[in-house]
Amino acid sequence: MSLTVKNVIEWMNNFSSKIEQNKQFLSDLDTAIGDGDHGFNMSRGMTAVSQKLSTEPKTITDAFKQIAMTLISTVGGASGPLYGTAFLEMAKKSSTSSDIGDLLDAALTGIKKRGGAEPGDKTMVDVWTVLVSEVKTNTLTQEKIDSAVAATKDLVAKKGRASYLGERSKGHVDPGSQSSGYLFKALLETEGIL
Amino acid sequence: MSLGITLVSHVQEIITGLSALLEQVAKDVSITTAGGTNDEDIGTCMDKILQAFSENKADEILAFYDLGSAKMNLELATEMTSKKIHLYDVAFIEGAYTAATLIEAGVKLTEIEGQLEPLTLKK
Repeated sequence: MSLTVKNVIEWMNNFSSKIEQNKQFLSDLDTAIGDGDHGFNMSRGMTAVSQKLSTEPKTITDAFKQIAMTLISTVGGASGPLYGTAFLEMAKKSSTSSDIGDLLDAALTGIKKRGGAEPGDKTMVDVWTVLVSEVKTNTLTQEKIDSAVAATKDLVAKKGRASYLGERSKGHVDPGSQSSGYLFKALLETEGIL
Repeated sequence: MSLGITLVSHVQEIITGLSALLEQVAKDVSITTAGGTNDEDIGTCMDKILQAFSENKADEILAFYDLGSAKMNLELATEMTSKKIHLYDVAFIEGAYTAATLIEAGVKLTEIEGQLEPLTLKK
C-alpha cells in the first residue's frame, strides 16, 4: 500500500470533517486546561486545507507542503506551527520515501524539535509516539488510538499552556492529543495508505 | 552592523504598550512588532513575524516573545528569513527593555547577551 495524491487528499478531507464535527468538544477540552481555542483554530486551518487541496497538487510532496503552509498561516495557536512542522517534515521525507511510517517518523521528530516536548509531557507527542510505532508495525487500530489519547488524561502537563496549571492539569485529556487521534483515525479509515 | 528589536505577542495591545515603553529610552533603535493572528484574534502568526523582520531597518535582530507558540512561530520565521535573528528565552518586558537601552547606548551584542543571561526563564 502506498501514498498517492488522491489518498492524501481523502485523508485530509476526512481529518477536516472530524475536526469540524468535534470542534466544540476540542475547544471544551482546551478550556479546561488551556486557552479554549484548539477546536476553532484547527477548524479554521483544516477548512483552509480542504479548500487548498480542491485544486489537486501535482505530487505528494507538493500536497504535504501546501497542507503545512496553510496550517502555519491560518491556525493561530501552537497547533499551527506544530502540525505545520509535521507536514513540512513529511513533505521533505516524501522526496525520498513513500512509506507512511517513514514520513510519520520524520513528522514526529519535527514536532519534538519544534515544541521541545518529550513523551510524558502531556502533549500530542504522547499520542504520536505510540501511534507512529503502530503504523510502522502495521498494527494501528481504533482501540489503540483511543487508549493513546485517553492515556494523556492522568498526566501532569510539562509543556504548552496547560503546564502553567501544574498538578491541576491532571484529569483532563490533552486537546492536541485528541485532535491527533482524529488524524490517525482518518488515516486508518483512508483506503490504500496503510 | 546595526541591531534592531522584534517583539512578538499573542495580544496586539501588549506590544503596542511595550513598544511605547522601549521607544522612550531607545528612540534610534528599529523596533518592529507582530501581535495577534491574521484575523486580529489572540494568538501568533508566522506571516506577521516575517513581515516584522523585513520591516526592521537593522542588519541583525534581537527577538523577544511572550508565550510558547510565539516562540515556535518565531523559530519557523527565523528559518525562512535571510536576516540574522537572535532569539532569547528571557522575561519579555525586562529582556526587551534591557536590549533596547543597551542598543541605544551602542553596546556590543556579546555584552547585551551577558546582561540578558540572568533574565532567562523556562519558557
